[in-house]
Amino acid sequence: MGDTIFRPYTPSDAERSDRSAGDRARHRLKIRESIRENIADIIAEESIIGQNRDRIIKVPIRGIREYRFVYGENTPGVGQGNGDSQQGQVVGKAKGQQGGEDKAGDSPGSDFYETDVTLEELIEIMFEDLELPDLERKALREIEAYRTAKRKGYRQVGIRIRLDKRRTARERAKRRMAAIRRQETAFSPAAGQGPRAGRFPFHDDDLVYRHIVTDVRKESNAVVLCLMDTSGSMDTMKKYLARSFFFLLYQFICTKYQNVEIAFVAHHTEAKEVTEEEFFHKGESGGTFISSAYTKALEIIQARYHPSLWNIYAFHCSDGDNFDSDNPAALKAAKELCQVCNLFGYGEIKPLGSRYYESSMLNIFRRLDDDNFQTVLIERKEDIWPSFKAFLGKDRGARQGVQA
Amino acid sequence: MSDYTLRDLEYWDARIRDKVQEFGLTCYPQEFEICDHTAMLGYMAYSGMPSHYPHWSYGKSYEKLKTLYDHGVSGLPYEMVINSSPALAYLMRDNTLCLQILTIAHVYGHNDFFRNNFTFQTTRAEYTITTFKAHADRVRRYIEDPSIGYERIEGILDAAHALSLQCRRNMAVKKLSEPAEQARLDEALHPRSDPFQKIHRRPDAPPPPPAKVPPSPDEDLLLFIRDHNPFLTNWERDLLTIVHEEAQYFIPQIETKIMNEGWASYWHRTILESLQLPQGLHLEFLVRHNQVVRPHPGGINPYHIGLKLWDDIERRGNEPTPEERERLPADKTGRQLMFDTREVDRDVSFLRRWLGEKQMRDLDLIRYESRGDDLVVSHVSDEQGWREVKELLVKSVGMGSTPVIRVEDADFSGSRTLLLGHVHDGRDLQLEYAERTLSYVHRLWGREVVLDTVLNGKKATLSYGERGFSAKAAK
Repeated sequence: MGDTIFRPYTPSDAERSDRSAGDRARHRLKIRESIRENIADIIAEESIIGQNRDRIIKVPIRGIREYRFVYGENTPGVGQGNGDSQQGQVVGKAKGQQGGEDKAGDSPGSDFYETDVTLEELIEIMFEDLELPDLERKALREIEAYRTAKRKGYRQVGIRIRLDKRRTARERAKRRMAAIRRQETAFSPAAGQGPRAGRFPFHDDDLVYRHIVTDVRKESNAVVLCLMDTSGSMDTMKKYLARSFFFLLYQFICTKYQNVEIAFVAHHTEAKEVTEEEFFHKGESGGTFISSAYTKALEIIQARYHPSLWNIYAFHCSDGDNFDSDNPAALKAAKELCQVCNLFGYGEIKPLGSRYYESSMLNIFRRLDDDNFQTVLIERKEDIWPSFKAFLGKDRGARQGVQA
Repeated sequence: MSDYTLRDLEYWDARIRDKVQEFGLTCYPQEFEICDHTAMLGYMAYSGMPSHYPHWSYGKSYEKLKTLYDHGVSGLPYEMVINSSPALAYLMRDNTLCLQILTIAHVYGHNDFFRNNFTFQTTRAEYTITTFKAHADRVRRYIEDPSIGYERIEGILDAAHALSLQCRRNMAVKKLSEPAEQARLDEALHPRSDPFQKIHRRPDAPPPPPAKVPPSPDEDLLLFIRDHNPFLTNWERDLLTIVHEEAQYFIPQIETKIMNEGWASYWHRTILESLQLPQGLHLEFLVRHNQVVRPHPGGINPYHIGLKLWDDIERRGNEPTPEERERLPADKTGRQLMFDTREVDRDVSFLRRWLGEKQMRDLDLIRYESRGDDLVVSHVSDEQGWREVKELLVKSVGMGSTPVIRVEDADFSGSRTLLLGHVHDGRDLQLEYAERTLSYVHRLWGREVVLDTVLNGKKATLSYGERGFSAKAAK
């Protein structure tokens, strides 16, 4: 046994030890992927309006567990008691991570954990892989409505408040250095005089002002009109799918505009404007006149959201089970909506299998080929994200696959 | 920040080493590195290795440790030792002098154990650091190779990590090559001499079973796949080898956790008590020592159980009860008995040999089962229950917490399907984990994979192939 070696602590060693950075980054990337995979589940739980974007959401992470062969939950365990254990005594909870055996890392529960994400981050992740920005420039009208001040260079004139003191002082210093040099080379200076010794005041030429220009941003207010069929046939599952879609739409619009309003219209044979709560939770019965919803939407637009001032996005979710006699009226109203909306969409919600024995509005809407009209078919929750992409994606040709 | 200098540590280290020699511990040369908590978290995430190949799971491990540490859920260990020669240990800079002294003594306990216990004889401690470094270099080279790239490396590593503990548990048992194993099997069928041939006619040798691959079930999944899947590329084979080698290095530590921690705790206590510490240090030592070796109700603290058993072995040697006297080797002192034991046992045999009814009652070991939502004590260590408790404990320590899965046939049903068998011992597999792990086997094997197991008392077959996972109860 030779001499023991003590290697003292050095900060550089500590910095070098950050070799985990790469692996940590890769791990975080996998978390993000996992969130993206589960996004339909997460958003379906969120309410559309009134949420704080800083709110923290717990997201269960499934994708990054490390799987190996392990024993299941029926496996008994051995532990130490408090000294007076009795048979039949309860020592813990079976579900989740039991306070049982010391075999961390082996039991399935321990790898399952949640991560905290803010709603803001979540939305960012959602839109990360969407190519959206060109959308409204093509299909939508723009309104110059928002002005901001933006700095652009420096001037010698300006108002007092924009005086840049630092640069001004620098100008004076430059002038002073120049003066010293001039004096020392040209003349022999009189002692105790000149720039070196005495005062050297600021001059008008020294003053530097920040120059501000106003910038017109081409964006404006927007309104999202959520129209939904609440007839008897719209069950909880269908509403859940619709909610997920509306949530995405609302969040998307929020990323594009300063001020976004949202209106809910529920309809069966007649339509009325409702609150979000009523929109998703109230069930009505009876038949369906889709035209009633569109007419109501047009009324709301006329009254509160005039198209010359507002960007209007409307989306209608229905199972497509309309009264035949209403179809011509619905088509006509839809056309009118297309004229006032930036984007008008119709989503037909048909949980898997049901589309074979119910009528469908998708066929009727084939006849409507306005540029800003889009239909999607949503059969299950996995369809929401792709259909949303299709709805807003810039390439209309790519959406054909989603249509029924 | 700290109440000591490097000189203090050297002073105490020299005194501890005198004691180490006096007590007859035999250690590798020792190196200590003083580090801060960030570096310690890094070492923990990478199993203490100064150099290790990259994989996201180590990033995950780091984040998890850091989160737990930042939120005060768990502290950091006082030290970390790795089995190498010279033995490398990390000391936390912010610890007090007393903790450093305790830790240094503790480290020498581990060092002696690594050097002497039989399970570590295969780990080649003098090459540990260089081996891990070489692995890291190779993996990095593959990552940088534009024809391979990070994603594919990660795919293989993910799968290999899932299977890394599916391997032989006892390194002391030599593994035969396939021809040698086949020869051994053949020979077992044809005994050379029959001691009873005069009494009865020699039975006709049964026809040999058709030769198959592997001749007998093989527990080394990674190696088996490496050697029998001809479609793997060289770098894929190399990754499997690397992951396998690293797992082999850690298995002895998993297999001797209770003994090893108990041994180190026994020696730090013995050494510090013999050092005649000044009173202030001594009081702090008593507090710290008890924090380490206190029982964790509801769980198993290997420091506690290990120390209790080593104390008991010493007592048995020195003052055995008449009954124990008969069963112990004659004229061995307690210390001699301990030194023998630290060489020849691993946790399973250690507990089997030295954990008796009385010790179990003193430790209040219990067995619990889930009933509904609760975990309920099913057996306590009394006259009726202790055997049940002990049996389960012995079954679940060390590698006992990993199910035994063996390759039965690499050409099952003549289609290169890989047949695996789960050696069922009353504990079922967790189905979701089995499914995902089978998908990894499938990724490495490239053809269908079938696993025979038992679920809820019935034979079942899990399989993973082109069309994904399926689970069937046997007819």
